[in-house]
Amino acid sequence: METNIKELLDDILTGYDGERGDLIPILQQAQERFGYLPVEVMRAIAKFLRLPESDVFGVATFYTQFKLTPVGKKIVRVCRGTACHVRGGVRILREVEKQLGIKPGETTDDLEYSLETIACFGSCALAPVVVVDKTVYGRMTTKKVAEILR
Amino acid sequence: MAAFDEIGKRARAEWEALEHSDKPRIYIGTATCGRASGALTVLEAIKSELARHDIEAIITQVGCIGLCYAEPLVDIAKPGRPRICYGSVTPEIIPQLIEDYLINDNPRPDLALGTIGDGDVEGIPKLFELPMLKPQVRIVLRNCGIIDPENINHYIAQGGYSGLVRALGMKPEEVIEEVKRSGLRGRGGAGFPTGRKWEFCRKSPGKVKYLICNADEGDPGAFMNRSLLEGDPHFVLEGMLIGAYAIGATEGYIYIRAEYPLAIERLELALRQVAEYGLVGDNILGSGFGFHIKIKQGAGAFVCGEETALMASIEGKRGMPRSRPPFPAQSGLWGKPTNINNVGTWSHVSAILQRGSNWYAGHGSEKSKGTKVFALAGKVNHTGLIEVPMGITLREIIYGIGGGPPNGKRFKAVQTGGPSGGFLSADLLNLPVGYEELTEAGSIMGSGGMIVLDEDNCIVDTARFFLTFTQAESCGKCVPCRLGTKQMLDILEDITKGKGKLEDIDLLEDLARDIVVGSLCALGGTAPNPVLSSIRYFRDEYEAHIKDKRCPALVCSELVSYYILPDKCQGCGMCLRDCPSDAISGGKRMIHVIDQSKCIKCGTCLDVCPTRFNAVVKVSGEEVAVPSKPVPVTSPKSKQ
Repeated sequence: METNIKELLDDILTGYDGERGDLIPILQQAQERFGYLPVEVMRAIAKFLRLPESDVFGVATFYTQFKLTPVGKKIVRVCRGTACHVRGGVRILREVEKQLGIKPGETTDDLEYSLETIACFGSCALAPVVVVDKTVYGRMTTKKVAEILR
Repeated sequence: MAAFDEIGKRARAEWEALEHSDKPRIYIGTATCGRASGALTVLEAIKSELARHDIEAIITQVGCIGLCYAEPLVDIAKPGRPRICYGSVTPEIIPQLIEDYLINDNPRPDLALGTIGDGDVEGIPKLFELPMLKPQVRIVLRNCGIIDPENINHYIAQGGYSGLVRALGMKPEEVIEEVKRSGLRGRGGAGFPTGRKWEFCRKSPGKVKYLICNADEGDPGAFMNRSLLEGDPHFVLEGMLIGAYAIGATEGYIYIRAEYPLAIERLELALRQVAEYGLVGDNILGSGFGFHIKIKQGAGAFVCGEETALMASIEGKRGMPRSRPPFPAQSGLWGKPTNINNVGTWSHVSAILQRGSNWYAGHGSEKSKGTKVFALAGKVNHTGLIEVPMGITLREIIYGIGGGPPNGKRFKAVQTGGPSGGFLSADLLNLPVGYEELTEAGSIMGSGGMIVLDEDNCIVDTARFFLTFTQAESCGKCVPCRLGTKQMLDILEDITKGKGKLEDIDLLEDLARDIVVGSLCALGGTAPNPVLSSIRYFRDEYEAHIKDKRCPALVCSELVSYYILPDKCQGCGMCLRDCPSDAISGGKRMIHVIDQSKCIKCGTCLDVCPTRFNAVVKVSGEEVAVPSKPVPVTSPKSKQ
């Protein structure tokens, strides 16, 4: 493992006792730090928690929050909740796909943008909704897509 | 409890000082809904405008009052006057509003929604007398949008934590009796009597017991928990403390979805505040009772809303449900007796202990007591968060509070209970809202999502939408759920593409029965509900898709066609230029024609055709007579 990654990971692990219940919070913090979960990071976490690697991998692939490949600098999340669906969320998604040239789950070649869909952001009264990093944009229209991707 | 008397006194003094300040007060809703509508830029505009005029005012950031459709909301109160609530505020209007009201004393009734608090302002109605608020009974939401959720003193000044103090003065069994008497049933959706649930856990042998607050609000179309945690987090914490005392739990977890960063931030702050006040931790308020609370963030799995899956997730495992018994009250988190209630239930508990079970049971209907918070969204004018007494009719909610579908469209259905719930048709608008009533009608109370559909929404498409969701979120443990939902989804996909067969409807119902009986948890057990209820009330719409290859709502793209009407097209070239699949031919002053074999049904032509021409039509199950290739425009140039 690169020393840089090792140092960053050790920094996270020092906050934990090594209990099984810490697995998800550790994975969350590691992803926050590295942007995704590199294989060597998951291996080191398994060792720290004294768990089989398959167990850590199993948890990492079960929850949609965890990414196993690098993601873009900006993450565009299009809400696919019910209220967004009945208010035309699919068309917003198509427009974002068109403008970024990628499908949900993909990242642009220049690693600038990743596109994801999310089951619901809970901002249903303002549907349809798009979230860029941590900013929520409500009452979206296809015309507003270009503005928020600038 | 002498320590709390002192805390209460200080809190009330702080609140009174704010309410009776000689400076103007400005309140702005900055919960997630407000922020998504631009509340933070409005806040900046207010600050810079106050500085420019050298006006000293107190700005308080509050949660969501529930009128999400009118966000951002700003209240202004001048000394001795009620708060005036202004809706749909923009940064551009702030300079004028501040000059008009704060400097020149013109309250701008034209921009105001209503007043909050004692006293009248000429020309402005009382906010809580308006049609969207009058039928509401605000027990859980009473502080949302009114107090600063980041200030524990504001909560205490409204009677907060008096319920905990009262409980600590009672025996744990008496607290359970009090909750039983209130008639409270779980607000997570299933409606199990809360007091009885607590009693099981209390009586379960074991020294260590856990208590969990389920804030993994996963239903798409639901945001009650988020709003409450952002707008009044202490209301939830107080309920947890009361429950822990009643059950005998020493440790508690709040399991909250990571998609709610602001709610998590506010909960963390609230937890630091209660620790500082000695309301959580060892020996709470000198009573000898100790309780600790931790926050656990979910990682994006809908199934973790199910209690056994949620506990597996806290234990650091894949969130997969297990069979019951043993029930969590016997063997839950780490094998210890555990009690789980959802955010809504905990806040009702606070209200019951603060104001008494008799008062609480005075609201609602015979079998469903109290109030219920709903997230009203979809095709309705007044989208937002509402709290209504149980027993109110769907009509009163959708038309009275919600103002009906926008643009005069026809109401088609209301969907309650999210992916576990069902569709209810217009014939059921007079149905009273209650656990039994909704279940009998083929839906469920659910956690509180309420999505209105109008004539432009396709029922089959929306049922398919829910199945897409549950199919993707099935954890995969039970075969009928894992494979059955996939089969149902495939059939629904076929129907929306015009490839369905009439016998598919029976097949869907057969599969649904198998999935319901063959699944361990409620995800599978309720996944077929949207399909079953939509077949029950909208069979004709399924048949139109299957027999006539027609989508009456013009939604299912493979069943719709676009045509350019020759008598309306002026040959302007807008659609020709924007068509992404080069399916349109034509030229200047030549009537444009869509090549149906190339059309990808994206609808761009309909969007870009200038409204003064309105030449593009969308149809399903019919053909429109158009020229086969572009011909010169013969109709006179329409007036610009």
